[in-house]
Amino acid sequence: MKASTFTLATLLAVASQSTMAAELDLTITNLTQGIHFTPLLVTAHNSEDKLFEVATEASTALQTMAEGGNIAELMAQATAAGSDMAANPAEGLLAPSSSTMTTLITTDGNDYLSVTAMLLPTNDGFVGLDSWKIPTEAGTYTVYLNAYDAGTEQNNELVVEGSGAPGTPGIPAAPGDNAGTGGAGLTSTDSNINVHIHPGTLGDDDLTAGNSDLSNTVHRWLNPVAKLTVTVK
Amino acid sequence: MASLNNFKKSIVVVALAASLAACGDNDSNDPVQVVTPPTPEPVSYTFDVTVSNLTAGQPLSPIAVIAHTEGTLWQIGSAASVALETMAEGGDNSQLLALENAIANASSEGPVGPGANTTITLTTDSLEALKLSLATMMVNTNDGFTGLSALDVSSLAVGDSLTRTTVAYDAGTEANTEAAGTIPGPADGGEGFNEARDDVNFVARHPGVVTNEDGLSSSVLSPEHKFDNPLAKVVITRTQ
Repeated sequence: MKASTFTLATLLAVASQSTMAAELDLTITNLTQGIHFTPLLVTAHNSEDKLFEVATEASTALQTMAEGGNIAELMAQATAAGSDMAANPAEGLLAPSSSTMTTLITTDGNDYLSVTAMLLPTNDGFVGLDSWKIPTEAGTYTVYLNAYDAGTEQNNELVVEGSGAPGTPGIPAAPGDNAGTGGAGLTSTDSNINVHIHPGTLGDDDLTAGNSDLSNTVHRWLNPVAKLTVTVK
Repeated sequence: MASLNNFKKSIVVVALAASLAACGDNDSNDPVQVVTPPTPEPVSYTFDVTVSNLTAGQPLSPIAVIAHTEGTLWQIGSAASVALETMAEGGDNSQLLALENAIANASSEGPVGPGANTTITLTTDSLEALKLSLATMMVNTNDGFTGLSALDVSSLAVGDSLTRTTVAYDAGTEANTEAAGTIPGPADGGEGFNEARDDVNFVARHPGVVTNEDGLSSSVLSPEHKFDNPLAKVVITRTQ
């Protein structure tokens, strides 16, 4: 009887160790002055099942997120991979210079943290964090996130309703209601089809004509574009 | 002379009588010790703050260094104080230096040009929970500034240094028109502080400037006024 109690306790202890590796409090701040984030996805994953990787071609799931803000496919991928996730903590858009908080309990082996959200208004820009090793020591850590270009759509800088579907050119929305119309479209060829640091938007100073529908004084940013604070409990 | 000696003796007698009386009153018989606190040596803590301007063409307005124990000079997502707005739009740091919760302050004597550096010395009489904040305007912008917010220096030992780089912030109080008459720096010589707030009205990271050669035809700025993070290098050394 004693032995079996001991065995059960041991098994429970081992089980709890293997199911819960860390409890994290996360705060994500949009540092920009004029760029919205679409629903954020935060995952804790093993060294393989990251959300994106620079200098490689974007997955269709990443492209779907980066061009239209839709995280359903990335979530399905993360679920299939056994990742832990916090999806859409801001319950919609995260406005410029706003913050959102969430918690994440990670399972053993999911030692890396990744984050994505589309940047609006852009064609296929996203804020990202790829495989940040979660510290084992309790404490509060700060990570700054850069803006990436998924490399899947030409940056024509035209706001086109319904263009959020992968492969449909255009910026699906400008939530700040401060973009223009009637642009001719930028015509430079974006030859880098891999995920890369976003070169920034160009915009122009004519909201009813010109090449871009974006404003060159408003829809800009310098890296980093987000701050992530992680408290490991 | 004789009367002075008598006077001294009488003081001793009075003192003795007083101490005997004190013993008599003391039920627990503990010796009464009168401890005279030693007069504390005046203690001061001195920091040298060296700021190097890393930009191509953005002079930094006189740099304010403020010692405090709580609060911040600005917060991402919150409206700028009038003191911050005054500095960020016109380079005038007098209101920041006069902030109520500042326990010490110092300012560089003048602006710090691109590629130049300056050292500001600041002395406080307390180290407990001591924070340093630093703020300065990129003068060839509408309301761009850089600095450090509430950097804890309370555990810095004499001779030790902290090195930080600063990023560009936008006070959010004046639209980034880059237009003639709106920028106080040498690129324009225009207006500094204006109490109107015609921008987002929250502090954010600065999005950068466009210039007249990159598509903003009404801009008085040229490519040398562009900047990227980081803006300045700051070395804080405790010297005393």
